[in-house]
Amino acid sequence: MTTAPKVVQTLDCKGLLCPVPIIKLSKAVKAVQVGEVIEMLATDPGSVPDMEAFQRQTGHEIVSRDRQGEVFRFLVRKTK
Amino acid sequence: MGDRPKRLAMVASKGTLDMAYPPLILATTAVSMGWETGIFFTFYGLDILHKERVKHLQVSPIGNPAMPPPLAAMPGFKVPNLLGALPGMTAMATMMMQGWMAKAKMPTVTDMLDLCVDADVKLFACATTMGVMGIKQEDLIPAAQCAGATTFLDFAGDASVSLFI
Repeated sequence: MTTAPKVVQTLDCKGLLCPVPIIKLSKAVKAVQVGEVIEMLATDPGSVPDMEAFQRQTGHEIVSRDRQGEVFRFLVRKTK
Repeated sequence: MGDRPKRLAMVASKGTLDMAYPPLILATTAVSMGWETGIFFTFYGLDILHKERVKHLQVSPIGNPAMPPPLAAMPGFKVPNLLGALPGMTAMATMMMQGWMAKAKMPTVTDMLDLCVDADVKLFACATTMGVMGIKQEDLIPAAQCAGATTFLDFAGDASVSLFI
């Protein structure tokens, strides 16, 4: 990837535990347009495998994943 | 992925604070992934759909060696289970659990139930339990749907995942 995707919304889920981040992400995905990218910030280590599972189950694509200290950052693109 | 969404069918049979969470966590997660989800609330589990009783769910230290948890400074020391029978111990254990949940910013059971209602989770209220315990439809939240095992199995027959909790 040469350019960073444009983020239309940031979901701050730092300090929140399952199932709250996925519920919030699901609501956010419903509210944006296909192709748009949501940034999701989380501190729950469970969010790492959970986000991969969310991608497999929903088809929405994780276009970027990284970690800064305690914070996991995911960029999720709505695909349909 | 096929044409039809996946489906999660659960039986919630426990009416304690700790056991109310797992079916509600799984249900809200499943609908967040686009799954059809239904929960059959039976026996004490029906308290979760009860307008009043859901506010008073408790966790018992009796017969539960993990509750109350040991102090970090003394991991080997357990409160003798017999002491769990003392007056106030159930209330204390319940307050402890509510405290952990609030500290972790977890939604309350009522909040979780509202999320299920908003997401169209099917909330089946066991008809037999209602009859046996004398619970009326108006005692339950409006989204609760009185149904028998036949209705639940009709729903669960097409489930990708079925759980008894």
